[in-house]
Amino acid sequence: MPEKVLLNSADIERALVRVAHEIVERNKGAINIVFVGIKTRGVPLAQRLAKIIHDMEKVETPVGSLDITLYRDDVSSLSFKHVVQQSYVPFDISGKHVILVDDVFYTGRSIRAALDALMDLGRAETIQLAVLIDRGHRELPIRADFVGKNIPTARNEEIKVYISEVDAVDKVTVMKPGAGGSDERE
Amino acid sequence: MSVNEPKLSVPSQEALPPLSIGLWQHKHVLDLDDFSPDEINLVFEIADAMSEVISRDVKKVPTLRGKTIATMFFEPSTRTRASFELAAKYLSADTISLDPSKSSVTKGESLIDSLRTLQALGVDTIIIRHPCSGAPYVAAQNLETSIINAGDGCHAHPSQSLLDMYTLRRHLGDLSGRKIVIVGDIMHSRVARSNIWGMKSLGIQLIICAPPTLMPHGLNEMLQKCDLEHVTIEYDLDIAIKDADAVMPLRLQKERQQSGLISSIREYIQHYQLTPERLSYAKPGAIVLHPGPMNEGIEISHEVAYSTQSLIEEQVTNGVAVRMALLYLIAGGKNR
Repeated sequence: MPEKVLLNSADIERALVRVAHEIVERNKGAINIVFVGIKTRGVPLAQRLAKIIHDMEKVETPVGSLDITLYRDDVSSLSFKHVVQQSYVPFDISGKHVILVDDVFYTGRSIRAALDALMDLGRAETIQLAVLIDRGHRELPIRADFVGKNIPTARNEEIKVYISEVDAVDKVTVMKPGAGGSDERE
Repeated sequence: MSVNEPKLSVPSQEALPPLSIGLWQHKHVLDLDDFSPDEINLVFEIADAMSEVISRDVKKVPTLRGKTIATMFFEPSTRTRASFELAAKYLSADTISLDPSKSSVTKGESLIDSLRTLQALGVDTIIIRHPCSGAPYVAAQNLETSIINAGDGCHAHPSQSLLDMYTLRRHLGDLSGRKIVIVGDIMHSRVARSNIWGMKSLGIQLIICAPPTLMPHGLNEMLQKCDLEHVTIEYDLDIAIKDADAVMPLRLQKERQQSGLISSIREYIQHYQLTPERLSYAKPGAIVLHPGPMNEGIEISHEVAYSTQSLIEEQVTNGVAVRMALLYLIAGGKNR
């Protein structure tokens, strides 16, 4: 079965606008909020959320990027296949409300790694998780605070998120097993 | 869309370089002669990420938790050993450092047996420095454990060469076509030898400069035989240094005079010391590197060693990042 498009560009935009509103509502404004995107696709998503909030509240929220490779729990296993990239969080997260942004929320292991990475960067006031897609199948007791779209999946399906800054197009697709590769990290 | 675009702290997403970790084929790091340009660039890219970790207040990531890394240095060393051990600790590996002069080696245990013992104790990576050229190769042939060569005799010192090139790259960008001079005791220098291989991969134009007595015998034949066309031999430093992008003087070991290889230290200083005047023949702002330890006032003048052009201290810092990258890359080696 070929790739089936679940969300198109407009759907993604609408989901992000709603998530941005929820973030502002939950935090009673945008003061003291910082965004940290998980590489690769969490970063442009975080930038878009920051931009929507800027247009809405006229507040600039800093955006950092986090590479979680050094915090993964599978370094010496055969699936160890990641080039470490530079994290870039050029602001102090201590005392801030950190909105962690990722594209797909799946087992929760990436988020666990990202939480460890954030702890090493400072003592955030709160850490909240915003994801574009929640596809279920958690392996750890972690939940998202803001979800763009819940998509119930089977474990053997592959969810792919395309973000125009990285992939030249905005869409989310689902692929049945055996229909091709995926670069999803979890 | 509002007039005031928000200033985002993140630089725009650049196209990711087409490097994948799958490029990495090494279980051991013995020398750079079997490193591809892609592998060297992979080390550099990961070292960039490690530099960010080192710059933090909390310099620790849990990546190699549960791994054990041993250093065994049969020769004295400050920076290489400290740098490898810190690299391992920053990555949360457990480290043991063995001092051969206080180990069973003094009771007559062979190198291989000592290393086998470490392996049986569960050590995952052994970092070894040995006065005999080739010792780490013998170790690699006889052990399952990953071996990193931290200097063997006059043969190779791959992590030093990688950090030299990494430092150059951070300041000069693309190194292809750059002109680098290595001057000094080439004959006994494992740093020069590893740099000959490494710099070939990156397309650097390398000029090797030394008094004829400190130039290795048969270097010319070797250069021809191994297609090392990027290397030029020059005996006069004033000529070698012309338009150089970077200069690296090597330490002159004082025992060389006793062995008759140079007539006097004073004469060496006169012809081969890197002075501000000599450095002025190089490109403006040319970089000065030194693999250390320095003999100030012999191969390098005090003014040059502490000038703004000198990156000698930065080399030491970069050394930790590069070694973290190497330890990370070979961590998965056992499973391959």
